[in-house]
Amino acid sequence: MNEDLIYNAVGRLVPSEINGELVVPFMGVGKYRPEGTKHASVIPTNADYPADGNKQVASLKEALVKAGLKDGMTISTHHHFRDGDLVANMVFDVVKELGVKDIRWYPSASFPCHAHLIPYLEDGTISHIEGSMNGPLGRFCSEGKMKKTAVLRSHGGRYQAVQDGEVKIDIAVIGAACADPFGNANGLNGPSASGLLGFALADSQYADKVVVVTDNMVPFPCVPWQIQGNYVDYTVEVEKIGIPEKIVSGTTQITKSPDRLLIAEMTAKFCEATGIIRDGFSFQAGAGGTALSIGIYFGEIMRRKGIKARFARGGSNKYLVEMLEEGLVEYILDGQTFDLEGVRSMRDNPNHTWTSPFTSYNYHSKGNFAGLVDVVILGATEVDVNFNANVVTHSDGRLLHGLGGWQNCLFSKTVILPVPLFRDRIPVIVDEVTTLCGPGELIDVIATERGIAINPLRKDLIEKAKDSGLPIRTIEELKEEAERICGKPKKPVFTDKIIAAIKWVDGTVIDVVRQVEEKKTEN
Amino acid sequence: MTATAGNRGDSVRSDCFVQITKTEHQATEIRLQSKVESLYGDSIRELCHEVLVHYNLRNVFVEIEDKGALPFVTAARLESAIRQLTGTEESFSLPIETRSLHRTRRDRTRRTRLYLPGNNPKLMLNAGIYGSDGIILDLEDSVAPDKKVEARLLVRNALRAVDFGDAERMVRINQLPAGLEDLDYIIPEQVNLILIPKCENAQQIVQVEERIEKILGQENTDIYLMPIIENALGVVNAYEIASASPNVAALAIGLEDYTADLGAQRTAEGRESFYARSAVVNAARAAGVQPIDSVFSEIDDMDALRNNVLESKALGFAGMGCIHPRQVPVINEGFSPDEQEIEKAKRIVEAFEQAREKGLGVVALGSKMIDAPVVKRAVHTIELAIQSGKLSTNWREKS
Repeated sequence: MNEDLIYNAVGRLVPSEINGELVVPFMGVGKYRPEGTKHASVIPTNADYPADGNKQVASLKEALVKAGLKDGMTISTHHHFRDGDLVANMVFDVVKELGVKDIRWYPSASFPCHAHLIPYLEDGTISHIEGSMNGPLGRFCSEGKMKKTAVLRSHGGRYQAVQDGEVKIDIAVIGAACADPFGNANGLNGPSASGLLGFALADSQYADKVVVVTDNMVPFPCVPWQIQGNYVDYTVEVEKIGIPEKIVSGTTQITKSPDRLLIAEMTAKFCEATGIIRDGFSFQAGAGGTALSIGIYFGEIMRRKGIKARFARGGSNKYLVEMLEEGLVEYILDGQTFDLEGVRSMRDNPNHTWTSPFTSYNYHSKGNFAGLVDVVILGATEVDVNFNANVVTHSDGRLLHGLGGWQNCLFSKTVILPVPLFRDRIPVIVDEVTTLCGPGELIDVIATERGIAINPLRKDLIEKAKDSGLPIRTIEELKEEAERICGKPKKPVFTDKIIAAIKWVDGTVIDVVRQVEEKKTEN
Repeated sequence: MTATAGNRGDSVRSDCFVQITKTEHQATEIRLQSKVESLYGDSIRELCHEVLVHYNLRNVFVEIEDKGALPFVTAARLESAIRQLTGTEESFSLPIETRSLHRTRRDRTRRTRLYLPGNNPKLMLNAGIYGSDGIILDLEDSVAPDKKVEARLLVRNALRAVDFGDAERMVRINQLPAGLEDLDYIIPEQVNLILIPKCENAQQIVQVEERIEKILGQENTDIYLMPIIENALGVVNAYEIASASPNVAALAIGLEDYTADLGAQRTAEGRESFYARSAVVNAARAAGVQPIDSVFSEIDDMDALRNNVLESKALGFAGMGCIHPRQVPVINEGFSPDEQEIEKAKRIVEAFEQAREKGLGVVALGSKMIDAPVVKRAVHTIELAIQSGKLSTNWREKS
């Protein structure tokens, strides 16, 4: 394996085969043409399902056994419960108990709570993970301990992979805050409320077997049915599917860091000066401290100018909800709710709409919402002088984050990455990113505390920002300043072993992560 | 024998902790544990070797716990530990960062000066980007008594290595006499202004001046002084303090200590310090130096800060201290002239220039005669407006 390496369209050396399956190297944005038809699961018949609609079984174990769990299968879960998720851990406790091996775990993302699964990765219960990997699992994978190669996909790429049949899910286990015995489910009501269940949509539509797990079983009908029971094979009631305080953080905090506030303020000023903030515009600002502050500055500008936004893309939180309720934003198109205010608003306000990776992000479809957004504010661990950016590894080469919806959001009309010039001596603006997750042609503006760099491709923005009084610099100047302050960094040394592949939104391989060579301490 | 320097702990960033032990072996051993090992591990070890060679130290065991410290920090920590270990008073100097070196003027605008704890490198790195007129590397109240010596070295290195942008480079020394010794480390390192805390008589200014000239080996012509009045006696002697040297550029008041000295409580309305603030403004103006107000400690309350600045400006103060970067824009704005003031100043300056061109001895604006001090104030307002970005330098062409 890995012997057949090819340079892809962004100059990254990638294999033509991953985990024994052929893959297509990245060919350029919009260049790969998919062929054939979408994946289809087997045709079920009502004759095989209870006439009274009651699909409830006694336990998760019974559900998995009835679903035909066996060695080498793919099990999927979603991450709406974030670090409060108990479902994935519960599922693999059962898999382990049944002695089943070599499962491919296909989560929409993993969190530190999933460190529980590390022994199962070690003993072969789980062969590998395909999904965004954070924290301890990223570390485990970085150390080359996973038996097969990890595959990282964006939220849209995950939907695409399932839809295209690239990943065939044998059993989808969908945790839901509320469900009925037929399998209708939502994330709105109950102790483990997570707002919506959009990340599980593809799983419900395309998996061979679908199991809905809830700790809040209600009589039919469970409405609204964000997950339609018509896709569901079995339903299970358990005592607890999530830890509420870890599902939604009651206190999403605006940053107090003066550097980040400065970056946020400069980003907002840039959007005002270049006319991005205008009546009827749309934006997406994430849930990180800097992004939150940018949303607040946007609000101040809109109030001052007496204008409003047509829609905002969530991750929603109380600040975005306040803007909706104040009338500064007409609609929230939400991908996940980050706090209880978001859940409440989604439940009560028809203008707070839930979305899915299908509506928002799927690249193999007839368009998606991400491209309709005027401006998105995203993060990055590194950006290089060609505006390529990295979100999954750190400059020391270790895999520590997932892709989330990041790649998908790059299709917005203007992409701004507000990042510090350096973090604890580690330059963020570099010669060449450690891992290339997004090509520079889609990344428009880098806003740092020491200046804003505009992609030369965006002549319109360069022209509009000219007399703004903002510190506009070239990306090379920013890189040089970072190196002048921090010193020129050495590059980490990698072995040949590929530990993870990074997929682009169309399923092609944009980059890989190699294992870091551990340096011996020398005297 | 073991010596340590620097800071350690989970919340520490951009700093390192150094421990040096004398050993019986002839060989030097360096053990580095760093967050940035793969990027800068080699360069940290090289720097460490360089410092050890400089001090001709061989038989030592050096342990460095690094949290992303820049070289000027690591060098200061190593030097500090070596000084303790060997008793040497020799310095290890890094190259000077020349970008932010600039001379300053006695009458430079000093609306804002940002306090930076002298033993905390993290806050120093970006201090120059918030737009304050000055940055103060503080050796006094923000440094724990047992960290005074290592703070001196860190501040000295920061003055050499950190780009503070356009900000005036200030250091607050310790209360005399300890502060005099601080000067030995600071004066040779491109400092622009020295803050002298708890100043209560003119003699202290003279002492500082004498020490500075001794260090420089010549007359002091461009390191300015800002005495801080912090007790009742200082208020009484404010004028003699402000006029004790031509290098005194500003006179500041510190209200926390002052109210304690009075035996009064510091209140929001500040009636207990009204006399002292006015006395300091009056003494400063009489001596021809800038009166500078105390810091405002409620860092989360921007509205209260705004009111405080308005009152301060109304009393005659020209600037304030900042204890958080977020305070900078609010205070800068407050001490900058507003639109009305700028318009009026423009008319006065234009009238003055026209009168001068025509060779007229008397300046008139409409039917009103304008005195020289009014013109002077207008010129100052225009300068301030330009500095705060409220007026373009070529305002004459535009109007």
